[in-house]
Amino acid sequence: MLKKSLFRKPKNELEYQGEGKVQRPSVPDDLYVSCPECKQTLLKAEVEEHCFICPKCNYHFKLQARRRIRLLVDNNSFQELNAGLQPVNWLEFPGYEEKLTAAQQKSGEPEGVICGAAQIGGYPVALFVMDPAFILGSMGTVVGEKITRLFEYATQQRLPVIGYTVSGGARMQEGILSLMQMAKTSGAVKLHSDAGLLYVTVLTNPTTGGVTASFAMEGDIILAEPRAVVAFAGPRVIEQTIRQKLPNGFQRAEFLLEKGFVDAIVSRNSQREYLTTVLRLHQKGGAGRD
Amino acid sequence: MTESQATAEKEESYSRVQAARAKGRPTSQNFIEQITEDFLELHGDRCYADDGAIIGGIARIYDLPVTVIGIEKGRGLQESIRRNFGAAHPEGYRKALRLMKQAEKFHRPVLCLVDTSGAYCGIGAEERGQGQAIAENIMEMMTLKTPIISLLIGEGGSGGALALAVADQVWMLENAIYSVISPEGCASILWKDAKKMQEAARYLKLTARDLLALGVVEQVIAEGSPKDFSSVYNTVKAMLYQQFTQALKKPTEVLLAERYQRFRRIGSFRETD
Ligand SMILES: [Zn+2]
Repeated sequence: MLKKSLFRKPKNELEYQGEGKVQRPSVPDDLYVSCPECKQTLLKAEVEEHCFICPKCNYHFKLQARRRIRLLVDNNSFQELNAGLQPVNWLEFPGYEEKLTAAQQKSGEPEGVICGAAQIGGYPVALFVMDPAFILGSMGTVVGEKITRLFEYATQQRLPVIGYTVSGGARMQEGILSLMQMAKTSGAVKLHSDAGLLYVTVLTNPTTGGVTASFAMEGDIILAEPRAVVAFAGPRVIEQTIRQKLPNGFQRAEFLLEKGFVDAIVSRNSQREYLTTVLRLHQKGGAGRD
Repeated sequence: MTESQATAEKEESYSRVQAARAKGRPTSQNFIEQITEDFLELHGDRCYADDGAIIGGIARIYDLPVTVIGIEKGRGLQESIRRNFGAAHPEGYRKALRLMKQAEKFHRPVLCLVDTSGAYCGIGAEERGQGQAIAENIMEMMTLKTPIISLLIGEGGSGGALALAVADQVWMLENAIYSVISPEGCASILWKDAKKMQEAARYLKLTARDLLALGVVEQVIAEGSPKDFSSVYNTVKAMLYQQFTQALKKPTEVLLAERYQRFRRIGSFRETD
């Protein structure tokens, strides 16, 4: 059901590897990519055809926000909001400006979240998508402000909100102000919710820290991508605290499903259909009581 | 800023961190004993367990019934172990929310006492949804239809502190700290060197005075001698009584709109077209 035109050449290179240790694919030709999970060599084009999922093992490759939006929304329906918000180094934290510049170059985005109005399956929505290429989706005040504005817009326009999260947590270079974004965004989510409007979150790998402890976990319906790590404290922090190895699969989406913290795990290639159904089921008496 | 100023600031910030964590510093229990009467502790989250890291109950300040919820580090080693050194589990935050909802029902003001290095990081805490529990508190506190004041009495460690600090007003003791991350954690992540914590403490702007200047807190309460908190208790008690009686007169819509705006305006960014 995904149209070919969704696979236009993106403006940014897709990251095929996890954050940090960047391993170059062993095959020199950039027509190929190797899957970090099953190590198979795959044709890039084939991976793209499969919504950036490994066709062999269902591994979900890291996906930049703009590509994700293209895969998800109806053609040409996305209208970006508040694209002009820029971060500032208000604490004069050493090295923060350089970090921001590097993140902006790597992601091609001014900040870690893209917000806008769009249609999914013909239904109008307000949408936010966090970007893993921007300091691993860390939440600073611009991220908080953009998401807050999106919820305020959605409340005013009586739109449901669909939100894709990915985050390493609060952005410590913005100190206490980044912590306060958890309260600010949650307040806007609550007012949207109290207006009887729908909010669906899709947790992607990894969603941790202050984002998990605020708007990621506040959806009416909480979905997750297969194998996504979803945590308050990330696995490394816990291993350091308790000084033992964590069980296999701990804090993965499947684990959260078992423990009762997500409603469903939905593969990337069926999310559009799933969300369309959710939206359809909320058209009467749910997409906004009048 | 000159180098000597920077050094002075660094030392000042980190000395506050040490004071906030000092052994023998009054805990939530001391505040409950000293500023309230008739305290009845109420236990449990009604779902899973009673978390000793959070003490909650009902009491009065002069003639005013209040709900008090405090993160408790414990006094002495035995008790501190039982209270997990003030690092709460999800059931602690859920107990807190249960008591807040109860306060809302009876239109009783809520006093939160915050003193934690952070929410607990462990297997059980993750299994039972630490992130979800904190998120729910933050969201629900934003529209709780009764006055809330949070007082940071020692450490205010990140999300675990914020889960009890979405309030109409947030106050800090002079030597309390409030931060998105510990200075040690910040230094080890940014500079791979936990020993640069003094440097980190300065940049994080985590002291009461810094946070007052930033508009993150409304009041800083002077401490005086660490051995004698009696004037602190008296001041806090009088301030709480005055603030709560005033807030109770406000229409709920006004109270909640002001609470929303209190957090809404916090942020720092540039805006271009
Ligand atoms: Zn694979």
